[in-house]
Amino acid sequence: MTGLAPEPAGGILAHGLSKRYGDHLVLDRFDLSVEPGTVCALLGPNGAGKTTAVRILATLLRPDAGQARVAGRDVIREPRQVRARIGVVGQHVSLDEILTGRQNLQLFGRLYHLREAEATRRADELLIRFGLSDAAGRPVAAYSGGMRRRLDLAVSLILAPPVMFLDEPTTGVDPGARLDLWASIRAIVDGGTTVLLTTQYLEEADQLADHVVILAAGRVAAQGTPDELKALVGPDRVETITRKPTLDDVFVHLTSHASAIEPARKARP
Amino acid sequence: MTTATLAAVPSGLARSARDAATLTRRILLHWKQRPVSVVLGLLFPVLVVVMFGYLFGGAMAIPNGSYLDFLIPGMLAMTMLFGLEAMVVAVTTDNAKGVTARLRTMPVSAVSILAGRSWADLLNGIVGIVVMVITGLIVGWRPDRGPLLGLAAIGLLLWLRFAFAWIGIYLGVLLKAPESAIAVQVLVWPVGFLSSVYVSPATMPGWLDAIATWNPLSATATAVRNLYGNPTWSTSAWAAQHATLLALLWPALLTIVFLPLAARQYRRQDR
Repeated sequence: MTGLAPEPAGGILAHGLSKRYGDHLVLDRFDLSVEPGTVCALLGPNGAGKTTAVRILATLLRPDAGQARVAGRDVIREPRQVRARIGVVGQHVSLDEILTGRQNLQLFGRLYHLREAEATRRADELLIRFGLSDAAGRPVAAYSGGMRRRLDLAVSLILAPPVMFLDEPTTGVDPGARLDLWASIRAIVDGGTTVLLTTQYLEEADQLADHVVILAAGRVAAQGTPDELKALVGPDRVETITRKPTLDDVFVHLTSHASAIEPARKARP
Repeated sequence: MTTATLAAVPSGLARSARDAATLTRRILLHWKQRPVSVVLGLLFPVLVVVMFGYLFGGAMAIPNGSYLDFLIPGMLAMTMLFGLEAMVVAVTTDNAKGVTARLRTMPVSAVSILAGRSWADLLNGIVGIVVMVITGLIVGWRPDRGPLLGLAAIGLLLWLRFAFAWIGIYLGVLLKAPESAIAVQVLVWPVGFLSSVYVSPATMPGWLDAIATWNPLSATATAVRNLYGNPTWSTSAWAAQHATLLALLWPALLTIVFLPLAARQYRRQDR
């Protein structure tokens, strides 16, 4: 198609996306290129246009201008084909609270038109993968915030989509559950999935992303690898400090189980 | 693997039937998980029967029959109307819990999902009818024109329920917030009272009489009374004389109007 070079199957490519609500230009000629199998973080304050960008790429919103291809399909002309190739996790979980975790996975599996046996097999697989086997028979209404997020992530992975959109996946989640979610997201990426993630947390982008795009007032303010962006600010600073445990460390230490603490220790320099 | 599975599903009606089966199963699972709220929902119309039948019933003089024989077919129609508010609650709750948002990111047809809902709701309608029939038989209601016409009456009731389901889906998609469902729950009552469900429209002032007589609820209530051989308390109005015809036409008209409205509103969100 015109204006856009063909991109590999699993990637995301956007060119000149704009969206206006009344007088307010929420997204202003937004460009994005995410290589297949990598994680890109959209970083920015509230109202910067992160969610709007994700909603357009996930076919939920029509842009006023611009074009985009996700997993090799045009988001405006082939929304249905795009939807068959993406998983979307929003700022709020999308689950049937009355049903159990397993029933949710089976319900959405069947609505994806998986065969009965396959929907059940996939449900059990994902329950194990996200550490929800023990809670599988409990109604979601009884789940903790972190468990809901993980189940939400699991439901989005039913079709094993090549591209995942995660819109502020850890907002409102306690630090322990956040580490669990980060581990889950890393596992998804290790499976070869392309991930576009929005976040307000610098540390989250630093931890998860290969490439960071900073949005401000609907425009790309800067982009690059986390290290490149840090270099923009200035040369490495050498500061000698004795690092005492932060309250975050204390919280994680006291509240989360051992497996959640490990990746955090490894990740911290 | 999965894209191949998707492609194997035939389009259109078959897909919608599959979605309906899935969503029906979801309703059954909800019943299993929340039996108390289901029982309360089913008992509410029973309470209304007791209230009107015994509290107000003594003051109702029916020309040729008992008030309960008049009331039960009306309440059967009213139970179908309760389905409308239940649908608004269901649709707005799905919206609030993000279930709708998820469905919109899935490669499934919006109309197919909505249609699946309307079909699956017939299960609710059937259970509501069964509960009301049993209640009626207990309080002394006697249908006396045989099982065939009785089944025809149930057919008319479900036909009305189907139309109300689409109005409920449309209002649910339009209103979005579960809080607004309360408004619909309140508005259901004037619609119910402005009909021949509880009293004969002939007892009302002329302009109210006209509205009540032409109310789709009245058409089905009167048609059901005829099919069960119950007193109709009928007026000579054309609409009352042709209740069965109207009981067939009204739901068709309502569905033709509200089905496309619901589908359009669903697609229009966030655009």
